[in-house]
Amino acid sequence: MSNLNAQEEGKSADWVPAGDMQEEISLEEMLKLPRETIFMTGSEAARESIRRANVDMAIAYPITPQSETMQQAGYLYDEGYIKDYYRAEEEIGAFSAISGASRAGVRSLTATSGPGLMRGMEAISSWPGARTPIVMLDMCRVINTPLAIQPDNIEISFLLDTGMLVLHGENQQDFYDFPLAAFMVSEEVDVTLPCTVAVDGFFVTHARGNVSIVDRKYKLPARDGWKSAVPAMDNENPPARLSRDAPIQKSNFISYHMHSSWQQEVFSAVERSAKYFDKYLGGLIEVVNPGADEMIIASGAAVSQAREAVRQEGEKGNKVGLIKVKTIRPWPRQQIIDAAKHAKTILVPEFNHAGWLHKEVCTTLYGHSEATIYNGPRVFGGMTMPTEMILDWLAEIRNKTGSKNLFV
Amino acid sequence: MSVQRYNVRMAGLGGQGVVTASHILSNGVVISGGHSSLVPFFGSEKRNAPVESYVRISKDVIYEIGEIIFPNIIMIFHPSVITLGKSYTMPFYTGLKEGGIILINSKTPIKFSADEQREMEAINAKVYYVPCTEIANEVAKTELATNMAMCGAIAAVFGIPDVKSLGESVKDRFIGKGIVTSGGTAALDSAIEKKFAKKAKLLEANMKTLRATYQYVIDQGWAHKDAVLPEEEALAV
Repeated sequence: MSNLNAQEEGKSADWVPAGDMQEEISLEEMLKLPRETIFMTGSEAARESIRRANVDMAIAYPITPQSETMQQAGYLYDEGYIKDYYRAEEEIGAFSAISGASRAGVRSLTATSGPGLMRGMEAISSWPGARTPIVMLDMCRVINTPLAIQPDNIEISFLLDTGMLVLHGENQQDFYDFPLAAFMVSEEVDVTLPCTVAVDGFFVTHARGNVSIVDRKYKLPARDGWKSAVPAMDNENPPARLSRDAPIQKSNFISYHMHSSWQQEVFSAVERSAKYFDKYLGGLIEVVNPGADEMIIASGAAVSQAREAVRQEGEKGNKVGLIKVKTIRPWPRQQIIDAAKHAKTILVPEFNHAGWLHKEVCTTLYGHSEATIYNGPRVFGGMTMPTEMILDWLAEIRNKTGSKNLFV
Repeated sequence: MSVQRYNVRMAGLGGQGVVTASHILSNGVVISGGHSSLVPFFGSEKRNAPVESYVRISKDVIYEIGEIIFPNIIMIFHPSVITLGKSYTMPFYTGLKEGGIILINSKTPIKFSADEQREMEAINAKVYYVPCTEIANEVAKTELATNMAMCGAIAAVFGIPDVKSLGESVKDRFIGKGIVTSGGTAALDSAIEKKFAKKAKLLEANMKTLRATYQYVIDQGWAHKDAVLPEEEALAV
């Protein structure tokens, strides 16, 4: 397949899409290749990931801070790394259309941020049950009032029970690595699910950091839409997984049974994805200073702040541990229990008001840990958590000063 | 570097190139072999609206991300950040660490309120005034080079990045790999390019401006001991 509109878009008759010149290589092999380190923004890191992901179709509607990444994706389309690309009319349109692309069996990409995600939630909620592999980049941004364009990742909590796979990247490097893994895992036959790759907007997308990437002459293998839990629709395969049958629409035992079997399938598939993410991401969690009495459990940009806190405590001779949670769905329950079982104090720093990660951690460790799990620290509405805030909490807990115990 | 880390908060107005300045400074540090990261912070992209951008500079790996709440360097790109409160951070020195530096683009000292004066003295803040807009107008014949002047001045204060690396970074920005800042910035770029007709001229004017403020800071005695201004080299474009 090549850009069918190439001539209309002013390309010469002998134009060859750059993607056609790339060599297909499995992700396992790609991960072994030598890498070059470049200082770039998160949006550029995502672009380089998409360039190597053999994407057939990208559809999105702009919203800050996502726009810049999809602008970059537009350049990839122009160069011929993405086969088709358009800006949808709005998010419900974008997410409905990309679901159609996925049902037709092609590798599908979309992206959004905070309020855009909320607008498209109806369509998004229909993806997992329909078993549509789609990668959605989510550059988190404030959604609750007062509205702002700044980063705050409360929107991730809305995705946790949809049946989607949810990764939460820490930095620019993750925004390069995670989408490649997301495409491959979401298209595994025993997974066949959409996958969100969330990062904290601006702090990752508009900020620069070192990113190690492989040569652009390689790309992932193309999607085979017929090697899938639900085959791609074509002239011989009618669309599967549509809630079109009257009995499903009624409140009766059939609707319950249908619904329970679909949901059971979806959430089992989420669990089955764990083994693939474990392989491609080098574990669902990363542990720094294992066995420490004081542990920090974090995801996304909060991990970076926690790393700095761990480093500064280390300079003072204090060993503080850190668990970075890479996959929120599948949730690495057993890994967290094992990594946190020695802890006496656990902090869960988050960039949102709800404390969704704290709730997950409490649910997981209930009955498995003697630790006091502190309800914070937290910032929200777009602020960065200063490392000093984590250090202050640790100091207050050790000295039993302040009122932090009230929030346990 | 005499300190382990510089945490820089830049504040200015939309259109002044604050975000671009942070990219150029940060990239220059990376080119010179140091570690750096940056993040911009702005609302709707419009002229004269408050803009902040944050740069971290270190000899070692940097983990922290996001805005810098407790900087040890504050760069004020326009006096009205202070005088009209055109800022996300009020007062502008909030969070400045003990003994920190405030570099202000202004020809003349700004009259602070008694409270501001007292609070800045309490943390031993050092205030440096550099007439960056005037130098940009004089050397590059456009105030659009004010951000370059600010970059030159701060590089001399830190002694990093060296002038050559900073020059490479400017080149990267305008002709090299290209730095993605924002859509609005892309539009502004084409306006600047028209004015200068040729990128080579644009680069040369930028470099001369950088060098002028670098020298200004050395002359004032505010420069780091490592800060030296090398002979001007012909730019290979």
